[in-house]
Amino acid sequence: MMSLQSYLILAALLFSIGLAGALTRRNAVLVLVGIELMLNAANLNFIAFWRFGPHPEALTGILFALFSIGIAAAEAAVGLSLIIAIQRHYQTTSLDRVDSLKG
Amino acid sequence: MHTGSLLLLVLTLGSAVAAMSLRNLVHCALCAAITFLCLAAYFLALSAEFVGFAQILVYVGAVAILIVIAILVTRDIAERGEPLVFKPWILGVGVAVLVAGSLVSAVTSSALARDPLPPAPTATVEAIGEKLMTHYVVPLEVIGLLLTVALLGAVLLARPQKEGGNRP
Amino acid sequence: MGTMVNILGLIPGLPLLAAGVSALAPRRCRRLSAGLAIGAMALAFLLSLAAFAETLQRHGEQARQVFNFPWFQFGDAWLQLGWVLDPLAAVMLVMVTFVGLVIFIYSVGYMAQDANFTRFFTFLSLFAGAMLGVVIANSLLLLFICWELVGLTSYLLIGFWFHKPSAAAAAKKAFVTTRVGDIALLLGMVWLYAKTGTLLFYDHGQGCLEAPVLAKAFPIDEFGDLPLLGIALLIFVGAMGKSGQVPLHVWLPDAMEGPTPVSALIHAATMVAAGVFLVARVFALMKPNWAAFVGPHAWVSLPPPDATLVITWVGAITAVFAALIAVAQTDIKRILAYSTVSQLGYMMLGLGVGGVAVGMFHLITHAFFKALLFLGAGSVIHGVHEEQDIRRMGGLRRFMPVTFATYAIGMLALAGFPLLFSGFWSKDEILHAAHSWPVSRWPFYLGLFGALLTAFYMTRQVCCVFFGNQRAPVAEAETVQADKAQAPHESPKVMTVPLLLLAAGAILLGFVGTPAWPWFQSFLEGESPALDWGRLVAGGTLGLMVVSSLVVFTGLGLGWWLYGRRPRRSATDADALERLMPEVFGVLRGKFFVDELYEATVIRWHAAWAQCCDLLDRWVWGGLVLGAQFGTLGLSWLSKLCDDWVVNLGFDRSCDGIQRSARFTCALQDGQVHNYLRALALAFAVLVLLLTWACAG
Repeated sequence: MMSLQSYLILAALLFSIGLAGALTRRNAVLVLVGIELMLNAANLNFIAFWRFGPHPEALTGILFALFSIGIAAAEAAVGLSLIIAIQRHYQTTSLDRVDSLKG
Repeated sequence: MHTGSLLLLVLTLGSAVAAMSLRNLVHCALCAAITFLCLAAYFLALSAEFVGFAQILVYVGAVAILIVIAILVTRDIAERGEPLVFKPWILGVGVAVLVAGSLVSAVTSSALARDPLPPAPTATVEAIGEKLMTHYVVPLEVIGLLLTVALLGAVLLARPQKEGGNRP
Repeated sequence: MGTMVNILGLIPGLPLLAAGVSALAPRRCRRLSAGLAIGAMALAFLLSLAAFAETLQRHGEQARQVFNFPWFQFGDAWLQLGWVLDPLAAVMLVMVTFVGLVIFIYSVGYMAQDANFTRFFTFLSLFAGAMLGVVIANSLLLLFICWELVGLTSYLLIGFWFHKPSAAAAAKKAFVTTRVGDIALLLGMVWLYAKTGTLLFYDHGQGCLEAPVLAKAFPIDEFGDLPLLGIALLIFVGAMGKSGQVPLHVWLPDAMEGPTPVSALIHAATMVAAGVFLVARVFALMKPNWAAFVGPHAWVSLPPPDATLVITWVGAITAVFAALIAVAQTDIKRILAYSTVSQLGYMMLGLGVGGVAVGMFHLITHAFFKALLFLGAGSVIHGVHEEQDIRRMGGLRRFMPVTFATYAIGMLALAGFPLLFSGFWSKDEILHAAHSWPVSRWPFYLGLFGALLTAFYMTRQVCCVFFGNQRAPVAEAETVQADKAQAPHESPKVMTVPLLLLAAGAILLGFVGTPAWPWFQSFLEGESPALDWGRLVAGGTLGLMVVSSLVVFTGLGLGWWLYGRRPRRSATDADALERLMPEVFGVLRGKFFVDELYEATVIRWHAAWAQCCDLLDRWVWGGLVLGAQFGTLGLSWLSKLCDDWVVNLGFDRSCDGIQRSARFTCALQDGQVHNYLRALALAFAVLVLLLTWACAG
């Protein structure tokens, strides 16, 4: 059993790994994977605070994490279908080629 | 530290890094699944059993599979020899390091996180269910609606466009 | 007030209107312009007769009617103009309109071949309107305005054939010389206004010629009557310029460059008479009625000297001076021109010694016979195909009988042939008045000498032109028809009928002013006389008539003896008088070298002054203008510099800056998602760091 601090640090590291991946990989799917990692890190944060914080009987952390999981699933579905649509349109999933918003 | 927890830690972080840096996309997706599994283990360790199993069901069972399917569907023909990362990739990594640093420093500078260990709470499924149906009934319904909408949206976005305009 | 005085303005107005319409008419509308001019003049003549008739019926002070109207206001004062209808104006109106009408009709024939027929009649009408304005003016200002207009039309008509350099020069000379007089007139006018506060002549006791105003404005103080004398003399100098008195006479002979009707109308009958008329009009200033004047030094014994002293002497000298010159001239019109100058001298002499009536009588009679002589000369010139030298004429009496007869009548009237001709009676009045002038007898002797010379040179002219053998050169004829056309011929009826009319006037007018029945003089003074033969023999009048008749006969006889008995044979023969007194004749022919004197002094000084002004204009004012130009250029160059380097550059730089920043901002928006994400993450990190460190501190 680690301390709250160590869980939080772990979550922070996971978050930054996800962020690094989202920022550097060219493939759009991998960016989404990074985002899922970041969401997971946040979930870990919530559960850790629920476990070590006051009033665990309110179950706030658990419910929050549950809803977060649900939403993450929906978001992953929509995101991936978006990627499929983009791939159909631009014939590529490399994000550096999808630059129509270039000003 | 316990050997098991150390192992778990290393596995979590290692698979996360692997998920983000492998060349083969399917390998990345599978590594991501491993990371999700490890996280589920952590949830179990934190006495949040329901969330842990939900994590396995949803993330590993659904999201990871979805990612694999998406990778397979959107496979680029010209993937070999192409650069993996944006140039310069060190900037993105640098920013991530900065974020990590800031978060870690925020955590370590706080007194909150140094308290001793409180007793383990019980989070029965009944209790979760009761909470969901009373206090959190509106978010429950909303998330149902959200999932429905997401489903419809995903289908709409991903289906092939026919010639001659949009027809639902 | 009678009706005529209210519509008196029509009399000059109609010819002015005719001039205006004629000026707008195209050149080929000859009949229109001539018709307008003659019609307007005829109407003016009828109106003048009506005015004259009305004035005849009034007597004394009632005879003068005025019609004044305000012109414009400045400050508190109103400048008034007006016209006056009194005996003086009435006789002058009738004379000017009648003689004018006759000359207009004559001009139709004389100028028939000229291309600028319409312009001629426009100017003639303009002149007539202006001259009639001078006659009826009740304000010195209005008189001056019309006076200047008369001078302008004289200039236009003298220089009618402006493409001839001599004509253009003569017009300029006339204008400039009369201008000298006009300056004096203007000064006198301004001084009079300053002293009396009004320029109206008659204004129900408030006019500047009326006794109350004069007495108040010119008190006899320690300066005596010098202001009044000064004003009178200045006005007289103006009259001198217009009426060709010595030394301002030099323009009149040169004015003969104009067409003969112009010479007849303007430089014989009317315009030159305007000077005499002016003196007559303001006679109250020239010879003030001292009884009405008061002051601490009111003269009790001798009346102070007045302007008539100067007028008399100038007139007498002019009469003799011009007559001497006329003796030696060879141009038919120049002889008549100098004769006019001489007769104007007589008129001034008459005004000075005898008063308004004496001078005006001679003016009226002179108008008729001088116009007659000029028109006759015109007829002669027309008949010998534009030849003007009397040495090249001769024996024309056979070819032009009507012209000869009327010319002879005019010549005898001018010379003063006793009893029958008007010139005798009018000149006699002058000599009579000069004889009884208290100041000196010399004007009388000069007048007699002048009469002798007048008879002499007129006889010379008539003998050379009409008697003797024909000296007119006839060119080689190619056909019989051309031969006939070259011979001298009589003029058409349109030219000879006016001659006859004027000749009748030259004879008949004398009878209204004889001592037996001095109707004219009394009319001007406002009485009505009765026929009294006794006056003919009273007071030495008869003796004077005999003396003057003797003088005239002497002159005629001398002329006949020198020129009629042995007429010159050819054009190049020396003149008879020249053979007798060559040096004197030379001086006379050179017109006493007055023109040359002016040329050497006034003209040269004037040219130097003009040179000076030119230098001033070119270097000083021109320099200033140039300086201003450079200043402006410099300022504009500076402004351009400022615009280029400050405004534009600043603007350009700022635009560049905007462009660069835009390019930079554009570069930020490159469509690369990872860059956006990176920026987001960086901002998040910075925020967290700030929060932790800020809150921790």
